[in-house]
Order: sequence, then structure tokens, then C-alpha cells
Amino acid sequence: MTNNTLQDLIGNWFPNPEKEVFIEPVTNKISESNIEASKSINSSLLEFSQEASQFLNITVQPEQFYALMHLLKTDEQTQFDYLFCLSGVDWGEEVGVVYHLESTVHRHMIVVKVNASNRENPILDSVFDIWATAEFHEREVFDFFGIKFKNHPNLKRLFLTDDWDGFPLRKDYVDTINMIVK
Amino acid sequence: MEGTTKNSNFKTEEYQINMGPQHPATHGVLRLLLTIDGEIIKKVEPDLGYIHRSIEKMCERDSYQQIVHLTDRMDYLSSNINNEAVCLAVENALELEIPDRVKVIRTIIGELTRISSHCLWWGVMGMDVGALSTFFYGFRDREMINDIFEETCGARLTMNYNVPGGLMLDLHPNFVKRVKKFVTHFKTKIPEYDRLLTGNVIFQKRTKGVGILTKEDAISFGASGPVARASGYSCDVRKHHPYSALDKVTFNEALLTEGDTFARYQVRIQELWESLSIIEQLIDNIPEGEHRVKTNAVIKLPKGEFYQKVETARGELGVYIISKGTKNPYRLKFRSPGFSNLSLLNHIAVGGKIGDLVAIMATIDLVIPDIDR
Repeated sequence: MTNNTLQDLIGNWFPNPEKEVFIEPVTNKISESNIEASKSINSSLLEFSQEASQFLNITVQPEQFYALMHLLKTDEQTQFDYLFCLSGVDWGEEVGVVYHLESTVHRHMIVVKVNASNRENPILDSVFDIWATAEFHEREVFDFFGIKFKNHPNLKRLFLTDDWDGFPLRKDYVDTINMIVK
Repeated sequence: MEGTTKNSNFKTEEYQINMGPQHPATHGVLRLLLTIDGEIIKKVEPDLGYIHRSIEKMCERDSYQQIVHLTDRMDYLSSNINNEAVCLAVENALELEIPDRVKVIRTIIGELTRISSHCLWWGVMGMDVGALSTFFYGFRDREMINDIFEETCGARLTMNYNVPGGLMLDLHPNFVKRVKKFVTHFKTKIPEYDRLLTGNVIFQKRTKGVGILTKEDAISFGASGPVARASGYSCDVRKHHPYSALDKVTFNEALLTEGDTFARYQVRIQELWESLSIIEQLIDNIPEGEHRVKTNAVIKLPKGEFYQKVETARGELGVYIISKGTKNPYRLKFRSPGFSNLSLLNHIAVGGKIGDLVAIMATIDLVIPDIDR
């Protein structure tokens, strides 16, 4: 599917009241609040962009994030079942996560971006129950950016020691001993 | 017989034991916290970070030419392919036209790197399951490739042969001759590998039906490379998103469906043949021309986001660059194949024995600096 048809398809998901947005309440405790949120979703909350990137980029609000990701995986026309890259990014005022998704059936790719609203205590939904690989990747993001993932089964530092102070990949991180600043 | 033995007077208890960080079968400083009941594995929890150097943070400080050097130190057995990934990302962002000569040389050396990596893997794979002699055979053949690399660029392991815009040096006059000699030599050696290890009954008993990974799980866990292809998931970046000269060659993607340790072994042996075939198709047709195009001394990428994926010996390496138009990347993320492949270790090792875990780890082919970037 080309980027434009993908954009039309995904843009049409949420304003359509016919389409039931349902998230299986298996492991995800917040799923009920998500269903509530996804009912009130409207397409203006999704921002599409194809500039300066080879993929279609979607920026989504944290409230609608889990519902969108679930739909991207389960909808037959998109079937993004392969999460091949999950990166934390410090955008300056906000910290966020970038998800690179690929469909092994349709072989199309997409990028989903979500930013946490609060830099001091950023919280986002975990997608480990949608893609198993997210469990490790989210721990890495927590380790280096301090973003907490709701419902993550084992959210603790992955590379650094538990008593490490601060989050090293943030732009405002200072370490006068170990870092050489040019 | 979990929990109790036949005689119910004897109760077994779960306990935790460390495997590593200094353990020969972990191939580096990986610590696994095992929860075991007798010899049955209940849980595998990797503890990482012993050699984490925060390459991603260093990249935010360095210029694009300098970043290439750091990538050698991730998956050191695929160093040339790692270099290529960053160079391709930068070249695509700058929309540079790369000479055909560079593309062909990059592909040949990339495939030589893959063979060299698989030779080492084959050697230690045998060693891990108790056949020490394979180690010497694998290293014997790998030595020939390292000698070729040494003559080409001066380094045997961390090559730094690629630079944004092309290659650091032109080929050594002996290169074609020596590569051809190696290909002829190695064609007689892969059947020897098969005779020595593949057909061995003990080896097959250790590997067949052990650590089965289904296709659905491989996709969900983000597996790539031989690990995913042994489960029937066609994910070869060289096929699906060809780069350099890989669109000019024909080769088969090694694909099996069993998903067990033996299938992962067989995929890599097949890949040795495919890599030889790619080299043979290109080695007589290296185009003449420049080995490098001029770039600015200070490379500034345009504002935007760039993603480049390549197939290393272990799977899909992704380079994700966010540029704000300056001479350093704003954020650079390496999606390393080993990190995603490690995440499925717990899933396929639970229920097996400790000896199985060693065989599984050998065929996942972990390189720890690739995980601890």
C-alpha cells in the first residue's frame, strides 16, 4: 500500500462511528479507559506527515496511542505485525517514542510517534502485549530516557545499575566524570 | 515430572543460578540469571550492560565520518556491513551518486564478512556442544578472509574501509586473485563442515527439536536474520530492500520452517553457499572508476529523518538518524539484530535443560557488544 492510501485509510478509522474500536481486555488493565478514549477520538488528533522521511509519519496523542497501535496491528488492511525499531527521543521540551512498523503480509511500513506530555514524569502505554519485542525495547527507553510504560510487566533498568542517577540519553544529562563534552 | 520426582518423598525446589558474565558459552560478558528446577529451566533473565559504551550518545557528539568508526565496535564480526549501513544512510540523505565500483566492492566485502562471521560461528557452535575440533577448522578458513582484509585496508577485524561517499582506499592489486583462490578453497571446505558436524548423530540429537521458535513468535519478537529465516519468516533485507550491488545479483534466500536449533544451523550453512555465489557473480565484473566521490570535509545532513536497514551476519541492522541540519545527528539509534534476538531467548529456552540453553544460544549467535551498544 502506498503512503497516500495508508494515510486515507488510517485517517478514516476514527471519525467513522460505524467502526467499533475494541481492545481485548486480556493483559491490559487500562483497556477500558482506552475504549472510552477511542470512542471520542477524532481524526484531527492524528497528524500525518510525509515530509523529510521516507515513511508515512503519524503523530498521535498519548490518550489515543494504544487504540491506534492495536488497530494498526489487527486491521486486515494494515496488519503491521513487525515492530522493527523502537527509539526514545528527547525532543527538547518533550520526550517521546518513535515506533517503526512493517507488515510482513503487505510489506508496507509506517512510523508512529508519540510524545509524553510531562517531561518530569513521562508516562506512556506499553505495547508489549501487541508486539512481544517491545518489552525489551521499552526497558531500554526507560533506562535511557526515563519514560515509564504503563502495564509493562518488568519495568526496571536494563543496562544501567538500579541506583543510577538520571537518564543518560536525555539532552540535559550531565556527568562531569564520564562524559567528554566537546 | 515438574516439582516432584516419582517418589513423592523427594520434593525439588526452584533456585536461581548465574550463568556468566564470565562463561565460555555466553561468548562475551552476558550474565543470565537462570531460575531452574533441577536441570529444567523455568526462567531466563538476561542482565545486560557490562560493556555498554553508550555509542548512541557518543554519536550525538561526533561528526558523520567519526560515527562510522564507532559502528565497528558494535557487531565486530560484521564490522564492514555496519560501516556500510551508516555510509548508506548518510549518502542517501545527501542524495550522493555512488560509483558502481564502490557498490560492487562493498557487496563483495560484505559477503566475505558474512562468511568470516559464519565461519567463526560454526567453530564456536561445535565447541559449545562439545566438539572442540570445529573451532580450529572454522578459524583456519576465516584466517584467509582476514588476510585479504588486512591487505585491502590494513585491518583484520575493525575495518573502517567505508567512508561516506565511497571507500577509503582503492582495492589492492592482489584482491581479485586472492578472493578467487579463497572461493575455490572454501567450496571444498563446506562439504567438510557437513561431514564433520552436520551429519554427526550426537550433534543432531543435541539440536533437533530443541528451542523451537514459531513463525508468529519470530515476527512478534522482532527476530531477524538466520534466526527468523529458520522459522519460515522471509526477512532477508538483501532481498526485500536491496542496497549497494545486491539488486544486480541472483541468490536464494535460505528459508526453513522447522524453527529449531538444527534449522538455524542449516540456514547459516546454506548462507555460506549463497554468499559464495554472490561473490562469484561480482568478482569478475568489478567496474572501473573512482573509488570515492568527493564530499564536504564537514558533512551536514539536511533536516529530516533517515532510516537505513542492512542485513548483517546476525540479521537486520537499522540506522535511524534524526538530523536538525547540523554537523552532528540530533539523535542516532541503532536497531541491532542481537538485541531483538536476545529478547526471545527466555521464550524458547523455558522447559528445556541447561545443555539445551547452550545450544540455543549458540544458534542465536549472540555478539554482546551488538546488544550492549
